[in-house]
Amino acid sequence: MRGHEVVAWTKQPTTAEVSLGVAAAIDAVLTQAGVQAQAISSVMIGTTHFANALVERNRLDKVGVLRLASPSGEALPPMTGWPEDLAACVGRHVYLLRGGYELDGREISALDADAVRQAARDLRGRGVDAIAICSAFAPINADMEERAAAIVRREHPRASVSLSHTLGRLGFIERENATILNAALTTLAAAVIASLEQALHAIGVEAPLYISQNDGTLISATQAAATPVLTIGSGPTNSMRGAAFLTGVKDAIVMDVGGTTTDIGVLSNGFPRESSIAVDIGGVRTNFRMPDILAIGLGGGTRIHLAPELYDADDLGADSFRVGPGSVGFRITEEGMLFGGATLTASDVAAAQGHVRFGDPSRLPPLSPQVRAAIWTRFQTILEDGVDRMKTTRGDATILAVGGGAFLIPDALKGAARVIRPPHAGVANAVGAAIAQVGAQVDHIIDYAKVARADALQAMRDEACGRVVAAGGDAASAHVVEVDEVYLSYLPGRAAQVRVRAVGDLVGGRAPVAPIAESGARHAY
Amino acid sequence: MLIDRTALADLALGAAFLGSGGGGDPYYGQLLGEAELARRGAVEMIALDALADDALVVPCGWIGAPTVSVEKLPSGREAIAGLRRLEQIFGRPIDAVMPIEIGGGNGLAPLFAAAQLDVPVVDCDGMGRAFPESQMAIFNIRGLSACPSVLTAACGALTVIETDDNLTHERVARALSVALGGIAHMVEYPLTGRQAKDHAIGGSLSTAIAIGAAIREARARGDDPFVALCAALRGSGLYPHAGVLFDGKIVDLERETRGGFSIGRLAIESFDGQSRMDIEFQNENLIARRDGEVVAMVPDLITVMDRETADSITTERLKYGQRVKVVGSAAPPMLREARALTFVGPAAFGFAEDYRPIEQLNAWDDL
Repeated sequence: MRGHEVVAWTKQPTTAEVSLGVAAAIDAVLTQAGVQAQAISSVMIGTTHFANALVERNRLDKVGVLRLASPSGEALPPMTGWPEDLAACVGRHVYLLRGGYELDGREISALDADAVRQAARDLRGRGVDAIAICSAFAPINADMEERAAAIVRREHPRASVSLSHTLGRLGFIERENATILNAALTTLAAAVIASLEQALHAIGVEAPLYISQNDGTLISATQAAATPVLTIGSGPTNSMRGAAFLTGVKDAIVMDVGGTTTDIGVLSNGFPRESSIAVDIGGVRTNFRMPDILAIGLGGGTRIHLAPELYDADDLGADSFRVGPGSVGFRITEEGMLFGGATLTASDVAAAQGHVRFGDPSRLPPLSPQVRAAIWTRFQTILEDGVDRMKTTRGDATILAVGGGAFLIPDALKGAARVIRPPHAGVANAVGAAIAQVGAQVDHIIDYAKVARADALQAMRDEACGRVVAAGGDAASAHVVEVDEVYLSYLPGRAAQVRVRAVGDLVGGRAPVAPIAESGARHAY
Repeated sequence: MLIDRTALADLALGAAFLGSGGGGDPYYGQLLGEAELARRGAVEMIALDALADDALVVPCGWIGAPTVSVEKLPSGREAIAGLRRLEQIFGRPIDAVMPIEIGGGNGLAPLFAAAQLDVPVVDCDGMGRAFPESQMAIFNIRGLSACPSVLTAACGALTVIETDDNLTHERVARALSVALGGIAHMVEYPLTGRQAKDHAIGGSLSTAIAIGAAIREARARGDDPFVALCAALRGSGLYPHAGVLFDGKIVDLERETRGGFSIGRLAIESFDGQSRMDIEFQNENLIARRDGEVVAMVPDLITVMDRETADSITTERLKYGQRVKVVGSAAPPMLREARALTFVGPAAFGFAEDYRPIEQLNAWDDL
């Protein structure tokens, strides 16, 4: 890409050794664009590799868990509620230690440095090198986690330490879960990042490498090696942000039509609207922010259930056919009638109606115009219903149609002001990875009875933007994208938990870049 | 009936609904219960009838902010410490425990205590839903004393509260919960078996399990979970009228301060944009208006649920853009008596409107 322009693109199959596929992809685009490897200023990668490792329980490290909260929390030891096989995989090297903070900043108990030291020695002796540290209210005050980490590093120099405040927000169990999962990915993350860097080096690309996070912002490869768990859900986010980038539209409904489903998400100010439902990763509950996606059962391979004797009917009742359930998915090129198969699919009907041209139309059965129209109209109703369910503003929305089955979305759809089909929609995912922005988040509990709300929020905005700059963002572009307030109910006063998230352009991030979406399996979290 | 892992999960679903938007997400309570069931086996639930008149029955629950309780977790010794102290005060063992409120996380709290104390949990509660303050329990409405009451915290602090005035008890307990870090365990309104049989809201625990099971089974069959939920509520006898009040998406959410209370307002619009529901909440959902007309008011239940999964959404977790159904249900009859309404009716929450039953407002009597 050069600025907003896609210069060259390619799709390469995922390889078992990730770096090979990535190198092949970069090689292909460089050849296509006629660009020298040295001209690339940065490489961004969005990958589902770490999510797959967690789902498959593959190549995970044993983890030592140091929880700083006792006596609070002893009723719920770490990994409560985890699938047994995953808990066994990371081992049960758990230490419940004194420490942590209260809501108002007091210590629950002082940090027991001797106990931390003892735990670190113990883990060193057992050969456990990945260590997760989680203290109560760490997102509000990280000091105790940092102190504990310093002790661990002194006693166990080989250890990699994951700290909960760098990974999650309030919600102890979910944050601790994320910290343990992160620690379990330590060795794999280091290996994958190192191999990607080597692969780039081997083909002459010396540009810095960035990895995209769940929220669509970037972190350096070095940081990603330390916080791999923050990159596991970047796929849908990148697709939606890529669609926004390619069209310049920041507020829209994105409809990504695949083989089996249409995934509908909402872009607000260039970012996906987030789901409020807890996200399970590999069967473990986390509180990561993932896009709010409505998946409806209509894709290019969706089966049309219609008796063959009705194919040429003059009139088709609403009950005489069904759209789905079931899909031939990616086997459409074998099973779809356009390709000589025996299954009537949504793509076959779209082709018969003249909305798309592929396959061999002569192989289509003789569908009467009434039958084609009835089925096509049903598609529109299903899609319109999905748009209706996701829309939050009155009036017609802009629709961004992407994905291989985007031909199912007509140019005129009820509830849509216009339908835009971005160029290069097939690689929207990779383009999304290349939107060179960095992000930061600030989390506080504020009593509005003591601090004026406006003052408190302004201070947090400033702090969040300051952190964006510290993370490599350009100060002029740093801005707040989200303010989330949760009032503390059932307590006197007006205390609220407030989170402010800011993003900014990466300094120097607008030169030619080589974005890559490496997705073995979509939505694999 | 034995409450095992499945019944516990059903209870969490059902209690979340009965919270009417309050009482906190029962997820952590469920995890606690699972951990304890794994250690000690299933807990026995008995009917109110099974209690001897002179039995000692103790309601349990947590007081404080659900938002804090997900960060500052229990030590696991809070409940047992409070119950043991109460046994010392009474000079006799406790025969059974029960939830002080069935709605939200507190609906699950006594299971942990019951397992540790090795006593049964009684199929009843003191509120029939969730309410923000201790004196809204049916036992205060019926003139019983909250004391002796014992408050305990994760740090090991234990306080015995003695007062004749139940409102003073609530104020002292609330202040203590703040001093103890925003969340504490409380045992209160110790009852004789006779008092429990006369005044507790019987059958609410088994109803919570039944409606949770109805939702779970409907999901598994691919049936509409809302139809199953409403049928289970009506079938319980305790919540004789129930129905979906609205279907739409959240288009506005604001919070303001009025008379020292944080009041929330929620606006939901139908998918065709033709109709709108406004809900006012203050910890729980209190009053719902459809296109300006009141369709449900406290103490009747108003729960906002995810329209796809039928998961209940607490007022803290409401967010702009959520696609929801609003389900309303009649409160248990004991809460709708004239005296009860002075404690838990619209006036108790600062609303000018007189209470009108949900079945009248929606003409459900005709069904």
